[in-house]
Amino acid sequence: MVLTGAEIVVRCLQEEKVEYLFGYPGGAVLFIYDELFKQEQVRHVLVRHEQAAVHAADGYARSTDKVGVALVTSGPGATNAVTGIATAYMDSIPMVIISGQVPTAAIGLDAFQEVDTVGITRPCVKHNILVKDIRDIAPAIKKAFYIAKTGRPGPVLVDIPKDITAQRAEFSYPQEVSLRSYNPVVKGHSGQIRKAAQLLLEAKRPMIYTGGGVILSDAAKQVTKLARQLGFPVTNTLMGLGGYPASDKQFVGMLGMHGTYEANMAMHYCDVLLAVGARFDDRVIGDPKHFQAEPRKIVHIDIDPSSISKRVKVDVPIVGDVKEVLEELSRLIEAGEKPNPENTAAWWKQIGEWRDKKCMEYKNSAEVIKPQFVVQKLWEVTGGDAFVCSDVGQHQMWAAQYYHFDEPRRWINSGGLGTMGFGLPAAMGVQLAHPDKPVAVITGEGSIQMCIQELSTCKQFRLPIKVLSLNNRYLGMVRQWQQFFHGNRYSESYMDSLPDFAKLAEAYGHIGIQVTKPSDVEPVLREVYTKHKNDLVFLDFQVDPTENVYPMVQGGKGLTEMILGSEDL
Amino acid sequence: MRHVISLLLENEAGALSRVSGLFSARGYNIESLTVAPTEDPSMSRMTIVTSGSDDVVEQITKQLNKLIEVVKVVDLSEAAHIERELMLIKVRAVGKDREEMKRMVDIFRGRIIDVTDSSYVVELTGSLDKLDSFISAIDRELILETVRTGVSGIGRGDRILKV
Ligand SMILES: Cc1cc2nc3c(=O)[nH]c(=O)nc-3n(C[C@H](O)[C@H](O)[C@H](O)COP(=O)(O)OP(=O)(O)OC[C@H]3O[C@@H](n4cnc5c(N)ncnc54)[C@H](O)[C@@H]3O)c2cc1C
Ligand SMILES: Cc1ncc(C[n+]2csc(CCOP(=O)(O)OP(=O)(O)O)c2C)c(N)n1
Ligand SMILES: [Mg+2]
Repeated sequence: MVLTGAEIVVRCLQEEKVEYLFGYPGGAVLFIYDELFKQEQVRHVLVRHEQAAVHAADGYARSTDKVGVALVTSGPGATNAVTGIATAYMDSIPMVIISGQVPTAAIGLDAFQEVDTVGITRPCVKHNILVKDIRDIAPAIKKAFYIAKTGRPGPVLVDIPKDITAQRAEFSYPQEVSLRSYNPVVKGHSGQIRKAAQLLLEAKRPMIYTGGGVILSDAAKQVTKLARQLGFPVTNTLMGLGGYPASDKQFVGMLGMHGTYEANMAMHYCDVLLAVGARFDDRVIGDPKHFQAEPRKIVHIDIDPSSISKRVKVDVPIVGDVKEVLEELSRLIEAGEKPNPENTAAWWKQIGEWRDKKCMEYKNSAEVIKPQFVVQKLWEVTGGDAFVCSDVGQHQMWAAQYYHFDEPRRWINSGGLGTMGFGLPAAMGVQLAHPDKPVAVITGEGSIQMCIQELSTCKQFRLPIKVLSLNNRYLGMVRQWQQFFHGNRYSESYMDSLPDFAKLAEAYGHIGIQVTKPSDVEPVLREVYTKHKNDLVFLDFQVDPTENVYPMVQGGKGLTEMILGSEDL
Repeated sequence: MRHVISLLLENEAGALSRVSGLFSARGYNIESLTVAPTEDPSMSRMTIVTSGSDDVVEQITKQLNKLIEVVKVVDLSEAAHIERELMLIKVRAVGKDREEMKRMVDIFRGRIIDVTDSSYVVELTGSLDKLDSFISAIDRELILETVRTGVSGIGRGDRILKV
């Protein structure tokens, strides 16, 4: 069948069963938009800024197991998309971004709206391809989807010059991709897995530390099964929340810079550590020298060999897919001798003592709304069943600490790049993927203003997202560091001249409510989730401007050197 | 420690910048980098001379392997291998220097491949050390220009890098 390049692009998306395409039109993609107009299968979501298109596709991907797809024009369309692409790259999110490019004959001539998109995005994509021949469009798109979702997932960009979207060629969608240079290992080495099982069974002070890899590989069930078989404590990274039920008694909370006392202590003092799809990030283990000064054996399961022994030397590396490896590990343990709970009794007692510090307790107030209180109430009111999308800052940490995720893919946030502005557009992708589920955005007055224009997109697509802004009138996370480490000099972290957010939301056609009293928090949330179930509601919570996130491990310090509260300052 | 890393990669536009970009983005050293197509025109072979601790070199090979267009990576310096580099060097050759230069080229088993009244172009291949020694053996003042290809490496005997 002979089709135009633009028809081929759209046909490829249909073949990939793309439900939603998040995008923004412009000169270089006009032929593609013309073809989108003529069909209904791929639904286009018109955002208000290309960054949001990519974040929305990203949110869609994080909350499902599908590839998120975005379409942008050349030049400024592509550069606006870069923040979104880098965000997805840092958190290994499977995405395909299609960008328009100036006509092939104009490339390199400083043509109107020309940028070297492939060059600009090269360091923040899993792969990218400049298509120079119409016959390569279909294979390039097929390859892009395949690379994005296999192995360690990531964003793949396909840059398509305008002229070839107008040319004609025979179309057939490739059924398979085979690349001699790309064959991710999925099945783990069985000898290594046996070694791991041995170590785990002999452990006296074991710890299971799981990360984003568990969410990406949909292996929460396998983690839970293994943890129950062994009876070991489990901690999750910020990216791994929901990989193990937070309400379970074996769960010791998130670890890292703002992790719980018990999780960080157990991580540091364990004798056998099982690391699963987690990459020993600097926000997780603090100073690697301090961490490695304490002897322990480490088993590390990761699909990307370069994640293994990158920051911390490991003893038993297992390259493979988390799900496959954990299943084999579970089988081995089931077949062998039952793990003896007495081995770890003293360890659990120690963990109990650490837990007794109750590091997550905060002093509530009847006068001023505590941000933690809002998150806690959201969790109660939604029964822990909401998809929670977050921006970046203090509110993000409180969301991670006080909304207890029992299921994977419910916690959507930018961990690796820490992109302010991510929350609202990501929530659009989540809500479209789960039209009947509660979707909440936890944000700050700083972050929300980085993509607030998307309230307009939400109106157009009738997305009943609930925006909870923990408005402390500060770039709170910055202010906290300035208070702790820069002698209270609040350089440019006060948010002056804020808009009336409730009125602003109303101007976009939504419901806006300002909440100032602690006693109003719960009733307002209840009302929002009943009466306004089908509306977007913007809740502007005026929270305590000076509240800080605890515990905290200062950058460069050891994991056990925690600031637990203002008395430690 | 100095390492000689050899890789096979798809002969595609952009593959070279992916490799060089990786080195600059992650702060790895490149002493030299050479690349050209192999007997199979769809594939190029690259030799990179780098230096770093064992941990860094392990990361370098892992990160290179991660690039989609990279087919195979080996660290040649892990075992017996041969390194060669080609140098073209233009030297002033007048008066008594003319004979002297010819003699030095012979000693280093080089060849004079261009001759004018006042200059020679000398072609010399060998290990990095040999080329360096030649440069220090002749009078600095006589060197008009030098061009070196960077090291190409290959494993000895049964060590074969092929798909
Ligand atoms: C303000 C702020 C504060 C933060 N504070 C903290 C904190 O206190 N604690 C914390 O934990 N983080 C914190 N972070 C996040 C931190 O920066 C990192 O993003 C995060 O710790 C990385 O999580 P991860 O190790 O699970 O790795 P991810 O980035 O999720 O990486 C996943 C790993 O799994 C592997 N993988 C992927 N798919 C598979 C598969 N199928 N099978 C096997 N392996 C797979 C990948 O190769 C990779 O190594 C903070 C971020 C911000 C912005
Ligand atoms: C795009 C971007 N710019 C700057 C930062 C640095 N930064 C991290 S947190 C933060 C403050 C966020 O303020 P707000 O959204 O109000 O959240 P709060 O910390 O007050 O809860 C800033 C500026 C960032 N993460 N992202
Ligand atoms: Mg704020």
